[in-house]
Order: sequence, then structure tokens, then C-alpha cells
Amino acid sequence: MKNGQMQLRLTGSGGQGVILASVILAEAAVMADKYTAQSQSYGPEARGGSCKAECIISDAPIAFTKVTVPTFLLALTQKALDTYAPGIPEGATVVIDESLSAPECLKNARVLALPILRTAKEKTGKAFTANIVAVGAINRLLKIVSAEAIEKAVLMHVPAGSESINMAALRAGEELVS
Amino acid sequence: MASELIGKYMREDKLPHIWCPGCGNGILMRDVAQAIDDLGLDKRKVVIVSGIGCSSRAAGYMDFNTIHTTHGRAIAFATGIKMANPSLEVIVITGDGDASAIGGNHLIHAARRNIGLTVVVFNNSIYGMTGGQYSPTTPRGDYGTTAPYGNIDRPFDIAQLAAGAGASFAARGDAYHVQKTVDLIKKGIAHKGFAIIDCLTVCPTYYGRKNKKGGAVEMMKFQKENFIPEEIAARMTSEQLAGKRVLGVVANNDYPELTEEYAALIARAKERAGGGK
Amino acid sequence: MSKRVLLQGNEAVVEGALAAGMRFFAGYPITPSTEIAEQASLRLPLCDGHFIQMEDEISSMAAVIGASAAGVKSMTATSGPGFSLKQENIGYACLSEIPCVIVDVQRSGPSTGLPTSPSQGDYMQARWGTHGDHPVIALSPSSVGECYTLTVRAFDLSEKYRTPVILLMDEIIGHLREGVELPGKITPAERPVYEDPECLRHPYHIPEGAWVPGMKPFGQGEFYNVTGLIHDEEGFPTNSNEAARRLVRRLLDKIEKNYDDIVTVEEFMTEDADTLIVCFGGTARAAKEAVLEARAAGVRAGLFRPVTVWPFPEKELFALSGRVKRILTVEHNDGQMAREVERAVRGRCETAFLGKIDGSVITPREILEAVKEGRRNGK
Repeated sequence: MKNGQMQLRLTGSGGQGVILASVILAEAAVMADKYTAQSQSYGPEARGGSCKAECIISDAPIAFTKVTVPTFLLALTQKALDTYAPGIPEGATVVIDESLSAPECLKNARVLALPILRTAKEKTGKAFTANIVAVGAINRLLKIVSAEAIEKAVLMHVPAGSESINMAALRAGEELVS
Repeated sequence: MASELIGKYMREDKLPHIWCPGCGNGILMRDVAQAIDDLGLDKRKVVIVSGIGCSSRAAGYMDFNTIHTTHGRAIAFATGIKMANPSLEVIVITGDGDASAIGGNHLIHAARRNIGLTVVVFNNSIYGMTGGQYSPTTPRGDYGTTAPYGNIDRPFDIAQLAAGAGASFAARGDAYHVQKTVDLIKKGIAHKGFAIIDCLTVCPTYYGRKNKKGGAVEMMKFQKENFIPEEIAARMTSEQLAGKRVLGVVANNDYPELTEEYAALIARAKERAGGGK
Repeated sequence: MSKRVLLQGNEAVVEGALAAGMRFFAGYPITPSTEIAEQASLRLPLCDGHFIQMEDEISSMAAVIGASAAGVKSMTATSGPGFSLKQENIGYACLSEIPCVIVDVQRSGPSTGLPTSPSQGDYMQARWGTHGDHPVIALSPSSVGECYTLTVRAFDLSEKYRTPVILLMDEIIGHLREGVELPGKITPAERPVYEDPECLRHPYHIPEGAWVPGMKPFGQGEFYNVTGLIHDEEGFPTNSNEAARRLVRRLLDKIEKNYDDIVTVEEFMTEDADTLIVCFGGTARAAKEAVLEARAAGVRAGLFRPVTVWPFPEKELFALSGRVKRILTVEHNDGQMAREVERAVRGRCETAFLGKIDGSVITPREILEAVKEGRRNGK
């Protein structure tokens, strides 16, 4: 980890909510008194193509705001994985949905295939909670913030009325990582 | 009577005005002052906004808060003034080129929003300040310095244009029929939403000379004979009205006014914020 | 630190504007500034303020000036193509001395360019975008926190000097989310209003010791004329060459002669620096990282960051140029500020340039290489 920074890159297809997931992680980091810099790709790709969001989390102030050497990659679609896997350094953690197959370039990374999309559907009945399932898994895996902080961060960013379903998604995500 | 209006509403030290001898703009400026006086408006609450062109010099002569803005943008400036302080009576004085060419987009959108402005168009059918080029209201076949072979464009009827865009009040006035035009401007100011009074004025120097319409007297005589106040027109047959321009109200509707709608929006937003997410 | 909140740069601009007293916003949707309009539409009604989405960029600028003439602090936000469209009325606000704030979240150009990609290509447009000799103040934030504080400062300077102030942002900062600690209650500056009878009769009269006129807002019983024509002390158009010279000179002087009040810079590790990087806005974040990496590698680099980008901080840079071996200007364009740097340095040290025109972000590594290379021309 360069400068003690976690450099997270979250990818999927537009509409899967990876931007919101990265915002929630950044929100939780701020709550936990950490420094963070969150940004995302904009433009046509955010409307249905491959979508990328980034979040740097650090105990020290962050100078450059963009991810240069990801310490973590999330990919929810094969297209996103194929696009963003090159450049992932040795030793980085990569979480992919179980339905995807990891490309050769990730052979020196720590790749975990988790049933993120399936869990969202099975545990909450709503595919759109996959991003919150991912948030739960990522936070548990990388030990970014406490369970309370991540819960609060999720509640700050989900629409009124969807709190309980998103809490269920968060728990289900946490349970994917033991 | 006239001198009383001048003392009350004009910046006497800025007169005489720059308009050419025989120009109808002075009459229309007086009509606006007369309407303000008849309605008994509080001078402190009146803001006169103008754009660029012969018409728009009127703002400088009128003793109110006046703002002479950029070409075509008077209605946009006025929108900001009215939104910032809805208690102000915002009157826009503009020309045919200012309002319907370079400022045409602002005109139709202010009409659509139905913001409570009163727009008085000093429509001389030509660009006077720049020396006589054809404008969006120059009739087909007429001449201008940029239409040496005759104008082939079809002209706008500004009152109809604004009404089509949703203006809740639109009317036609002129330079000759002073009482009728003052009455229409008064109706426009008193009207709650967006009001426009398209007033045909006379430009003997450019439009008149280019088109052999005679001098100021002949041009005024033409208005007297060919522009018919609506109450007289009502008693005439369509044959008698052929080729005539009817002065009067083109549209008068009770649509919601923008700043009132915004006040309601503020209340709604606060209620929602107060009621929790 | 516990009071920090996560905010996007564009959102922080709106929070800063509201704290400064903004109660009117007019805008038109354009990437990457749109979040500013969205946030303003959400927040203003709750503060009894007004938001309007106008029919275009030109009318947005006009409405902002109109609202300000009526006494309400006003702002608009846009990006490259929209900034171009606003220029005519920015000139009007300069000449008529109506305060307002214009946010330009720069994107890659020219023309429609790369709408979602970062750039700093409007640097010169911010200075010379409107025609004629005119004063300009432009501030450029380098963090989300500064989006807030510099927006407040933009309003304060605008009111104090009765002039439009440009907040020259870039996509990097506009779309960045960071934790920021918002200041508590602030006391924003208000535009000067003079009560003495001479000023009431002559709204553009400048009292002894003042730089700006002090007319009251519209609707308060002081009947005066505002115009974009050269005008006299009464605000009435004049063709007098002397009146023109006097007015334009004062407009320029009110900024130039108050340089020390207006210009601020950030210096980072400049004390013993051999190589000075000059960089502003979002790109300065990469430069700061490059300085840290250079230092770690034993290279004495430092960063000079104009916070006020116009007027250009030439005094401060000239002073530093006598102490460093080389100045490397890094900007996200093909070398606009670099010219100002050359002008300020007057040949006192070596100068070099690193820029980019492909829409991708300038990285710390690229800057570090340029620092180490010692190249004269990075193009």
C-alpha cells in the first residue's frame, strides 16, 4: 500500500450502482476520521456501458486525487473486468462476481469470486441491491471502517423507504466474507 | 398635461432625446409614462429595462431605476430583476430587432414562463440605430440597406408570436392612436402575468425614406387610416377590414404567474424539508 | 476533524455561495458543472432564494446581473462552451460594476471538445474572454474545501470591488468528493452603499479614498441609470474621450492597485527548492504529490500555486525566481499560464513547461519526470 493509501477501483455496468458504492465507502471513511478522495468516470459510459468509480482512503492527507496503483478492484461485469484488470498490480485484492472469469493478467493478484449478484436477488429479492451487497463485502474484507459506520453511511445514501432492504443487503454482503 | 408628465417622469436634463425628427418613439415613451401615471404606480417600485437600439435609449430619459442592457437581453435581465424582487413593476422597452431577432429566444421563453413583466415593443420595422437594415418585422418586398432588391423574408407578428409562446397578455398598439395604446399598456401593466404590447412606430428617416412612405406626417396619417382600434373594427365588415391592422388585445388569459408559483414552491420545499426525508 | 462531511466540489461551491449570501442562481445545464445548478435548485428555496433554469447561457448571465442590480447576491455556473457564451454580459457587469460570481468548471476543448474530460484550457478566456480592456478577478480551487472557501471569497471580492469574479474550477475538482470541515458562521462582505448627497445625485461618483461607486439596489427610491455604454458619474452615456479614459482607468486600477488585497498563493516546500513547479487548480494536486515524491528521491522541488489566478501573482513569483534554479510550469493546456510565468520571471531563472491537451489527467509521475529531466520545453 503506497503511502498507506487504499486505492479502490469499483467497476461494473452503468446502472449497477458502483458510483454510489464508492460514495458510501468514502462517506464511511470520513465518519471514521480518515481522509478520502472519491471520483468517477462520467459520460456516455455512465449510461449503460462500463462504469468506473474510484475511492482513495488514507490516514494521511491525500495529494493526488486519482487512483494510480489500485490496491483493490471490484468488477461486476465481464466487460468491466476485462477493461480494468490490466494494470492491477501484484498483491492487489480483486473481488469479482462469481459469474465472471478472471483474466490471465490477474494471476498474481488475490482474486475472490463472490456471489454478489445472486445474493442480492436471493436475499433481498432485488437485483439493484448488488452494490450494497458489494459494499458489505468490501468493508468486511478490507476492514475499512466499523460495521456501525458503514451502516450509517449506507443509510445516508439510500432512498427513504428502502432502508430495511439495503440493510439486509449490507449484512448479506458482510456474510459473504468470513 | 404633457409637461406635467415630463416633470414627473422624465430626466429633463437628459432631453432633448437623440431620436430623429418625426420618430414615433417619443410618443410611445410618453404613452408608457402616461400609463404609469394613470395607474398611480409607486415610482420607487418601477424598473425600466431596455436592450440596444433606438427604442432602448428610452430608459435613459425616464426617471426611474433604469437599466440599459445588452442587445437582445433586456427580457433576460428583467427576468433576474423580477425574480430577485417580485414586488417590483418591471417594464421592458425594446425594439423589433432587439425583441424578436437577437432576443427572440428570451421573448418566447419569458412568455412561456408567464413571468410578470410588461414588454413594450417600439416596432419601427427596421434597424434604425445601425442605419436601416431589414428586421424580422420588415414587410415582404420592402427595402432596407441590406435588402437592396427587396426583403424576401416573411415578417413576424410579434403579438401573435408571444401569444403562441404562451404569453397571457398580448396586444397591438401604435404611435398614432395614443389613447388606445396607453389603454393597452395600462392593461398590460395591470395584468398579472407576462404582457407584451407590440406598438408599431414610425421611422421616417430610414424605413420611411427607403420605402417611399413619405415623411413623418404621411406615415402617421397611414397609421390613422389603416390601423383600426378593436372597438371600431368590431363594427366593420371583413371587406372593410381587408389590409387593415386591428389595434387591441390579441390574447388575455389567466395563467399562473412565475414568481407567484415560485413563492408556492418555496413553501412546498420548506414543508418537505421540515417534514423529514 | 469530527465535523468533516463528504462533499463533492460542485456541491461545496453551492454551500459556500449560500454561506456568502447568494440568494439567486440562474443557469443552463452543461457538463461538468451541472451539479451546481442541481444543488442550487434544491437548496435555494429553503433559504428563501430563487433558482431559475434559463433558456440559454447568455440569458443566465443576464438574469444574474439583473438580480444583482436588484440587490440580491447572484451566481451562475457553466463550462467551456457556456463560458464563451457568457462573455458579452460578463463585460457588461465589469463596466456597469454590478457584482456577480461566475463558476467555470473547465472541460477539454476547443468547441464541444471532450465534455467529460478535465482541462485548464479556459485560463486565458477567464482573463480576456470579453472584449475590451477590463478588470478580472479569478480564483482557482485545488480541493473541495477550497471550493467552499473560495466561493465565499469570490462573493466577498465581487461585492467589495463591484466586479464579476470568476471561480475557475476544473472537472477534477468539480467532480471530486472529499471530507471537508465547513467553517462555522461567517460574516460575508456586502457591497458598499454611500448615503452622502453627492453620491445619491451621481450614482457613479467615487468618493475620496474609494475605488467603487455605492449606488443602492433597484427599488429603494434612488433613481439612476445603468448602462453598458461608457458613462459619466450620473451613469448616463457619454462620448467624451476624457470620461472614457477616466472610467476604464479606474476599472483597471481598482483591481491592479489592490493587488495585495486580492492575490493569494500557496507555497509548498519552496524554502530550499531548486526546481519550482508553478501549477493551479486540480492539477496542483498532482504537482504536490510529485513534490513529495521528488523530495523522497532527494530532488529539491517545491510548489507555487496561484490561488488567485487573475491577477497573476507576479510579485510573489518574481521574488521566488531569484532563489530557484528552474521554474516548471505545469498546466492542463498547451501553455497559457506559462506565458504569464515567463513575463513575471523576466529571465531570472530557467523556465520549462509541461502540459497536456488529450483530455487525460496529468499524473504525478509525468511531472516528476519533467522535474528530473530538466527539459526546457515539454510540448
